[in-house]
Amino acid sequence: MSWWQKAASETQVTHRQRVWLYILATIIMFLLVIPTVIVIPMSFSESQYLEFPPREWSLRWYHEYLNTPRWVNATITSFKVATLTMLVATPFGTMAAYGLFVSGGRMSKMLFFTLMTPMIVPVILIAIGTFYVFGRIGLVNSIFGLVMAHTVLSVPIVMIIVTSALRTYDLNQERVAQSLGSTRIRAFFEITLPQLKFSIVTAALLAFLTSFDEVIISIFLSGGGNSTLTKQMFSALRDYIDPTIAAISTLMILLSTGLMLSLQILGGRGAR
Amino acid sequence: MTSNASASLTISVTELTKKYGRVFALNAVSIDVRAGEFLTLLGPSGSGKTTLLMAIAGFNRPDSGRICFADEDITVLPPHKRGVGMVFQNYALFPHMSVFENVAFPLKLRKISAEEKHHRVMEALKTVQLSGYAERGIDQLSGGQRQRVALARAFVFGPKILLMDEPLSALDKKLREEMQIELKQLHRQLGVTTVYVTHDQREALTMSDRIAVINEGELAQIGTPREIYNRPANQFVASFIGESSFIPLHRNDSGQLVHESVAVLPVPNEETGKEWSLVIRPERLLLEKPKAKRTNGKIFFDGVITELVYQGETAIVMIELGNGKIVTSRANTRAGDDVDSLELGQKVSVSIDKNDAIVIPGGTK
Ligand SMILES: Nc1ncnc2c1ncn2[C@@H]1O[C@H](COP(=O)(O)OP(=O)(O)O)[C@@H](O)[C@H]1O
Ligand SMILES: [Mg+2]
Repeated sequence: MSWWQKAASETQVTHRQRVWLYILATIIMFLLVIPTVIVIPMSFSESQYLEFPPREWSLRWYHEYLNTPRWVNATITSFKVATLTMLVATPFGTMAAYGLFVSGGRMSKMLFFTLMTPMIVPVILIAIGTFYVFGRIGLVNSIFGLVMAHTVLSVPIVMIIVTSALRTYDLNQERVAQSLGSTRIRAFFEITLPQLKFSIVTAALLAFLTSFDEVIISIFLSGGGNSTLTKQMFSALRDYIDPTIAAISTLMILLSTGLMLSLQILGGRGAR
Repeated sequence: MTSNASASLTISVTELTKKYGRVFALNAVSIDVRAGEFLTLLGPSGSGKTTLLMAIAGFNRPDSGRICFADEDITVLPPHKRGVGMVFQNYALFPHMSVFENVAFPLKLRKISAEEKHHRVMEALKTVQLSGYAERGIDQLSGGQRQRVALARAFVFGPKILLMDEPLSALDKKLREEMQIELKQLHRQLGVTTVYVTHDQREALTMSDRIAVINEGELAQIGTPREIYNRPANQFVASFIGESSFIPLHRNDSGQLVHESVAVLPVPNEETGKEWSLVIRPERLLLEKPKAKRTNGKIFFDGVITELVYQGETAIVMIELGNGKIVTSRANTRAGDDVDSLELGQKVSVSIDKNDAIVIPGGTK
C-alpha cells in the first residue's frame, strides 16, 4: 500500500482523498509568506532599483542603511519609542486587565470595551484625532507624544493577553495567600504575578512590535529629528525607490521573527 | 503537635446579612461556633455557605451583622490579619512553588527562622503523611496529595480557626471517605475550631460535632448530627438530610394530632398551627406480619405495594396509602423478614414506633 492510500487520520479518509486540501493549504501558505519573503533576496541586490530576482548579489544596501545618518537616527528613534511604549503599556495594560477582571460586573465590561476601542476604530481616525489634539498642546514631533499614541494602541493588546491568562488562573490562590497572612499587594506580586509572567512578557514584546511596526500614527506625529523608521521608509518610498528599503524590511522581519521565536521557546519552557 | 483546645477560638456570627443585587445570599444568620468544635455548614448549592465562610475569612463585607472571634469584633478586619487557615475545593496551591515552599509560605510571612521553619514544615508534612514529598512540584502530586498539602499549609502556622470550603468534593468517592476520617482525626489532634462547608449530607453527618443547615441564605437548623437526623425542625431539613416520607396530620381540639380520624400523637410543643406533618424515615417504617397485633406504641398504616427495589442488604418498598400518599420503607433482606415473598399490588400493613415518629409543624407540600 503506497503512502497516499493510507488513512490520513483516525478516519477512513486517505491521503489521496485529501490531496486537494494539501494543495490548497500550500497555495495559501505561499500567498501569505511570499510577499514578505520576496524582499529578502531583493535586499541583497547590486542593482540601483528594486529587482527580482537580482542579477548580482551584494551587501551594498545594508552598508547604505548603516552609513546614512537619516536611517540610523530613525532607527534609534523607533527603538526608543517602542521601548518606552512597551514600558508604559505593559504595566498599565496589566493593571487594567487585572483590575477589571477581579472586580467583574457590568461596569467593568463597559470599561474593558472602552479601552478596546483603539483596536476597532480605524487607526487613521486615531492618528487624525491625536494629531489635532497634540498640535494644540505641542506634542507633535515629540517622542513623548508618539509614546502616548502608541501606548493607546498597545494597551488593548496587553489587556487581551493578560485577561486570557487570568481566565485560567485561580484567584483563590490570592485569597489563600491573604488568609495565610499576606497583604493583598504582596499576594499579587508573590503569587499572581509569577504565574502571569510568561503572558506579560509576551504582551510586552507585542507592545514593542506594535509600536515598532506602526506607520499611520507615526506619519502624522513624527517628523524632523524624531522620525521613526517606518515614517522614514514611507517618505523614502514616495520620493525615490532604492533597495535600502528592502534591506531595512529584511532586518525588521528578522527582528519580528526573532522575538516571536524566542517567545515560542520561552512558552515551551513555561508550559512544562 | 499536641492537642490544645485552649488555643482555639470561638466564632460568633450575629444577624449576618449579605445581599447580592436583590438576592439575600445571607439573611440574618446567627451561629455560635464553640472553641475547638467541628461545625459543618450544610446546604444545597447556592444556599449561601461560601458567602458565610468568606465573610468569616474576611473576603466579603457583610451588609449588616457582626462576626467576633472570641470577644473581638473582626467584621471588617482585613483577611491577612485574621489568622485563619483556609482550604479550598480546588486546593489553590501555588503551582510555581514546591511542596515545601507552599507549606512554608505562611511561616515565611511571619519571618520565622530558617531552622524553625524547616522543622515546622517537616512536622506538618509528617502529620499529613507526606514526609518524603517536600521537594516535589505541585504537578507531580495526585489529587489526594494536593489536598493534604493544602491542609498542611493551612495549619502549619498554628491558626486558631480553620475554614474549609468543600475540600473533598473534587476527590473520588473512596478517597473522599478516607480523607473524611483523616480530617476528623487531624481535627481531634489539632483541637482547632473548624468550620467546614459541604453540600453532602452524609459527609456532614460523618464528620461534624454540630451541623448548621443553611437554606436560601437562612439558618434552617443547628444541632448535633443525631439531633438533625432524629429531630429535624422543618420540612426542608427533614428532606435534605436523609430520606423522608411526609404524611399530613391535623390537630384536633383536644391537642391530639390526627391521621384519617385516628389520633396518633400528642402535639409536641406549644405551637398552635392546625396543619402538621409526620416525617417517616424509611428504615424506621417496618413491614408488619399480616396478623400482627396492633400495639399501642406504634402507628399503623395500610396500603398497597407500588414499587419494589432489591438493593442487596436492604430492599426499598414503596407503599401507597388509602389517600394516595406514598411512603417508603427500607426493609432488611434477612430470611425472617419475608421480603422475597412481597409482590407488586399486594396489600400490606406498615408501622412506625411512636418514639421514631417525627412531627413537624406545617402542612405537607
Ligand atoms: N460575587 C457574587 N456576586 C453575585 N452573586 C453572588 C456572588 N457570590 C454569591 N452570589 C449569590 O449568592 C448566593 C449564595 O452563593 P454561595 O454562597 O456561593 O452558595 P453556596 O456556597 O452555598 O453554593 C447564590 O445565589 C449566588 O448566586
Ligand atoms: Mg460554595
